[in-house]
Amino acid sequence: MISANLSAIFYLISGILFILALRGLSSPDTSRQGNYFGIAGMIIAIVVTFLSIGNFSTSLVYVIIFLAIGGAIGTFIAFRIPMTAMPELVAGFHSLVGLAAVFVAVAAFLNPNVFNLGVVGNIKLASLIEMSIGAAVGAITFSGSIIAFLKLRGIMSGSPIIFNGQHFLNLALGISIFILIFFLCKTQSANIFWITIIISFLVGVLLIIPIGGADMPVVISMLNSYSGWAAAGIGFTLENTALIITGALVGSSGAILSYIMCKAMNRSFVSVILGGFGADNSADDKKDSKEQKPVKSGNAEDAAFLMKNASSVIIVPGYGMAVAQAQHALREMVDKLKKNDIKVTYAIHPVAGRMPGHMNVLLAEANVPYDEVFELEDINNDFANSDVAFVIGANDVTNPVAKTDPKSPIFGMPVLDVEKCKSVLFVKRSLSPGYAGIDNELFYKDNTLMLFADAKKMTEDIVKNLD
Amino acid sequence: MEIDPFIFRLSIFILSIFIGYYVVWSVTPSLHTPLMSVTNAISSVIIVGAIVAALATSSGNIFSISSIFGFIAILLAAINIFGGFLVTQRMLQMYKKKKDKKK
Repeated sequence: MISANLSAIFYLISGILFILALRGLSSPDTSRQGNYFGIAGMIIAIVVTFLSIGNFSTSLVYVIIFLAIGGAIGTFIAFRIPMTAMPELVAGFHSLVGLAAVFVAVAAFLNPNVFNLGVVGNIKLASLIEMSIGAAVGAITFSGSIIAFLKLRGIMSGSPIIFNGQHFLNLALGISIFILIFFLCKTQSANIFWITIIISFLVGVLLIIPIGGADMPVVISMLNSYSGWAAAGIGFTLENTALIITGALVGSSGAILSYIMCKAMNRSFVSVILGGFGADNSADDKKDSKEQKPVKSGNAEDAAFLMKNASSVIIVPGYGMAVAQAQHALREMVDKLKKNDIKVTYAIHPVAGRMPGHMNVLLAEANVPYDEVFELEDINNDFANSDVAFVIGANDVTNPVAKTDPKSPIFGMPVLDVEKCKSVLFVKRSLSPGYAGIDNELFYKDNTLMLFADAKKMTEDIVKNLD
Repeated sequence: MEIDPFIFRLSIFILSIFIGYYVVWSVTPSLHTPLMSVTNAISSVIIVGAIVAALATSSGNIFSISSIFGFIAILLAAINIFGGFLVTQRMLQMYKKKKDKKK
């Protein structure tokens, strides 16, 4: 058994190691080392907890068993999950953190004396507030992440679910959580505690169902942030520095990512949360696009010819590449081009894919060196000097309308200046509009050649034609 | 008058938010997915609360309701810790520079 002061110092050390873990991610070179810091911090926190309890009776065996089962499941998932499924994996993991926070809060509520929080029916006021906030945020994180998981996995439709009075209902439920916590503090009633948790679960569901598929990068980042705040709430209850530091780090990390994603879509956080984007405005657009505009379409042979004669090619991947699992075929194509001394780079829009950095991971998986992959602001000026832009699975993020038409719902969103290239190859299954429900002007430009096919199949065909 | 220890914890909390703010802005955008999976793994440090809940029962009965909640929370957090760190490691292994692959 070690003293409370000593264990507090060890918790501080593990907090510092977690900070270093995030710091390591500032460059791919230091990131692996950062991850080891994170693992070390976790081991210290767990070992110190065992030592500070100092109870090495048979019950310790059970803890180890549960740890081992959880560890085995986690390891199994980590090695088996395909990289294209990262968004739903992260959403699933968030739900586990949320649920764990709820359970720890419940355990503390039922048995407050082991945490030195008072006795049942007379829990310290501050602790009661902290644990009920931790439980409520944890519950929202849990049910919200489950919905996000189901949507990303395709089990639930990705289209927004909207009904009348939705926002009013959410607001009323949100306020009722605060009122319930107030009464919980006054009465210490267990029933109010349970009702608070149940309502929080409901809020989590209602909060995520109106948000559509392409807004998922914001949703995942937001839930990431919530899981941090839940952990911090529990950290205050347990008076544990490691948890408080970690909760604050994760909370601010998720908040920053949400901010970056919103900015990349030129939308306010509030409008994403209120949801329903792309659900109602498609009706007018359909009338407009009925007048058939001429489109040039080509086949793999044309595309291969164009690229072979280019001196520089920029690849613009999007969510469609992930769906078609085309990243490996794409890499093969790029290898062939490079053999012909063609300069190839990749341009990535911040919201391409379903979570922040989604495209970068897929390209890394296909062995694309990370120094050939560029972010929007670093590469946008290069389009004007390049011969071919190869758009694969992206759509709205290339739409020039965002720069020209103030009436467009995506006006003001930063987009890749793909149309400035001498020619544009656009791989797409059909002419249907993208997520925002608007037509992409790029399809009808003179220098655009549409390649109507599945992204993977088309890329493979181009590879054959490059020989 | 003495300062309530809560104020100290609040100070740690707020300063950590600032640290998080500056550290996360310096994360390169191409590593945003590993950032999410690693923050996920470290937020599972909530397992320390779960261990206390599971082990430190006043009655010595580990099958009381509160320790059962503790044990389930250990299981959930352990999935996250192992899954989170390992999947991050797996992703980070894939990020290579041009020179690495040309040898």
